Amino acid sequence: MWNLSTSEQLEKEAGVAVQAQEPRLSGRGEEALSWGRYPRVKHTRIIPIYWRSAVPDLENIGQPVLPHAYGRSYGDSCLNENGVLLDVSHLNRFISFDEESGLLCCEAGVSLAEILAVMVPRGWFLPVSPGTKFVSVGGAIANDIHGKNHHAGGTFGCHVVRLKLLRSDGQRVVCSPTENPELFQATIGGLGLTGLILWAEFKLKRIANPYIDVEHIRFASLEEFFALSAESDQDFEYTVSWVDLLVGGEALCRGIFTRGNHNTSSEPARKQLKRRLPLAVPFNLPQFVLNKLTVKGFNELYYHKQLAKRVQTITSYDPFFYPLDSIHEWNRLYGKRGFLQYQCVVPFVGGREAMRELLGHIRRSGAGSFLTVLKEFGEIASPGMLSFPRPGLTLALDFAYAGQKTLRLLEELDAIVRHYGGAVYPAKDARMSAESFQQFYPRWQEFAQYIDPHFSSSFWRRVSAKSS
Amino acid sequence: MPNHHKKREKDAMRILIIGATSALAQETAKLFAGDGAELVLVARSPLKLNDVQNDLQVRGAKQIETIVADLSDLTRHQEIVEAAIKPFSGLDMVLIAYGTLGNQQTCEQSVEATLQEFTTNCTSVISLLTLLANYFEQQGRGCIAVISSVAGDRGRQSNYIYGAAKGAVSVFLQGLRNRLAKKGVAVVTIKPGMVATPMTAHMRKGPLFADPRVVGRGIYRAMLRRKDVVYLPGYWRFVMWAIKSIPESKFKKMNIGG
Repeated sequence: MWNLSTSEQLEKEAGVAVQAQEPRLSGRGEEALSWGRYPRVKHTRIIPIYWRSAVPDLENIGQPVLPHAYGRSYGDSCLNENGVLLDVSHLNRFISFDEESGLLCCEAGVSLAEILAVMVPRGWFLPVSPGTKFVSVGGAIANDIHGKNHHAGGTFGCHVVRLKLLRSDGQRVVCSPTENPELFQATIGGLGLTGLILWAEFKLKRIANPYIDVEHIRFASLEEFFALSAESDQDFEYTVSWVDLLVGGEALCRGIFTRGNHNTSSEPARKQLKRRLPLAVPFNLPQFVLNKLTVKGFNELYYHKQLAKRVQTITSYDPFFYPLDSIHEWNRLYGKRGFLQYQCVVPFVGGREAMRELLGHIRRSGAGSFLTVLKEFGEIASPGMLSFPRPGLTLALDFAYAGQKTLRLLEELDAIVRHYGGAVYPAKDARMSAESFQQFYPRWQEFAQYIDPHFSSSFWRRVSAKSS
Repeated sequence: MPNHHKKREKDAMRILIIGATSALAQETAKLFAGDGAELVLVARSPLKLNDVQNDLQVRGAKQIETIVADLSDLTRHQEIVEAAIKPFSGLDMVLIAYGTLGNQQTCEQSVEATLQEFTTNCTSVISLLTLLANYFEQQGRGCIAVISSVAGDRGRQSNYIYGAAKGAVSVFLQGLRNRLAKKGVAVVTIKPGMVATPMTAHMRKGPLFADPRVVGRGIYRAMLRRKDVVYLPGYWRFVMWAIKSIPESKFKKMNIGG
């Protein structure tokens, strides 16, 4: 196999890089932040959970509780204003692994980074990878996360075989598609509200080596994107596109379509896995750093980094799946006020019009999105009642928080999404209205029956309010 | 070539970890497990020990034996040490990693609490070390590592009972190192600063608090490199140098650290 050096040798080669391969613990003490660093709320307590066998009595804490690990949700779904957070980042132990089937059982606070570090050298990979590996397994389930292979592999929840839920009344309930199936469906994508996930069991997939065969193709219009997407879904496990929103005109959207497959050669390229420099953003940058001009400059460079229309390459899985993880705390680029992510999905029917409308609206608003991502979701249904992914086109953007202006823009985008029958992603949201949420997630009341009476979140209190 | 040699040797590494469910022991053991070590784990709680065993097994430990024991019962130490040597017919390294951070105020009012603190953090460690030292001395190779503390470098009003116990351990290790150096046995004194672990869960976390994973990696390295005294993270060497250099006449009026 490859890369069988010991931890110590790896360290020597990489200097401090090994350290940078791990998630930073999110803010400890009185303040816990989400990744967008907006909103900033106070919690009365953050209670660390160290052992599955020693969880405090959740019924008598006095305030509603919410599980929280590395704080990589962007908005307020991992926050619980004036309530209590259960810090599960210490529940980071593996429980069992079947080398034959790839079935892994681990505690909820294990990060995907940790799984990759242990399992990739043995020839196993995550069934679904989000854009960062610094999320916990519990968070991956609670947000029913998706990745570049949604069209081929569905959501993370599709691969969960079993999990154990601790309810505040002390019951420890095993949930699976056949045991307590309703509670299972409520917990997948259940935003941490149905109880504390203690452990989960899910299937890893076999890989021959840690490399990905990648193809980057430039496109100059939405039409071209749709054509590329249609052409690629069959033959490529991973697809995603970066979009430049700031160049307009008739084309309306240019970008780079990226598609890839796991390299299948048992004799992979001789070159070593490149360790990336552990960059970090040491402090909040002033708000003006990311402005329309700098974003435009970045986009221009990024779009033209490849001269050819089509570039084929082979890369290690790390930069392919987690390009931003190499810059620790990149969220500080957005300055002290933080930023808002926005991810929506619109059904294929009417999807192209919706996309045109959304992109046009954003462009007219003049708000620059640093990183805009476009992808098609496939048909594989999620088990979760509140799961976000559904067949259609999904668009993800981020906006520096600039007060009311930003909130207004996103509200306008919500209206377009509502009109086309789509949905907005709770894991990235900090502001959608109750009315929007309840339209996006028609099963929300069914879901609400399974919420643990002592669990709540800032997000949930907002979106479950009576809509007028 | 030397790397290959080292690797083979490490694969067969037999390591005893006493206090295996402590946060720092776990972080260190993960790295040894990843190298395919054979581990003997000693801890008080069978439930927690089982959690740690499973974790290290998945991470690649070749084989794991566990011993459930309350280490404040000194009469069992001989039996524990013998039981630890048996499963893999010998030991290459030992890490002693248990301890308690008792409440200073309670201790000040109670002789019993003070002596209990001292038994856990000092007397029982010295008892185990006495037995283990003889085993390693006779074997003529190996490594004994003990987690002491920066608190043992200078007594302070906020935690001098804990500090005194750790200080005694540090001095004991200094002497032991002197004795065993000639016999090819390394003695590693590990002095962590403040680390975010269950032991310090009640404390407010300032910027000096370290991530236990970072400290665990430091312990792992120090053991492999057979260091003498390591401060973890390394900047604590300078912090403690500064604290130790304050004249006692000034120091006694100061108020350093929670």
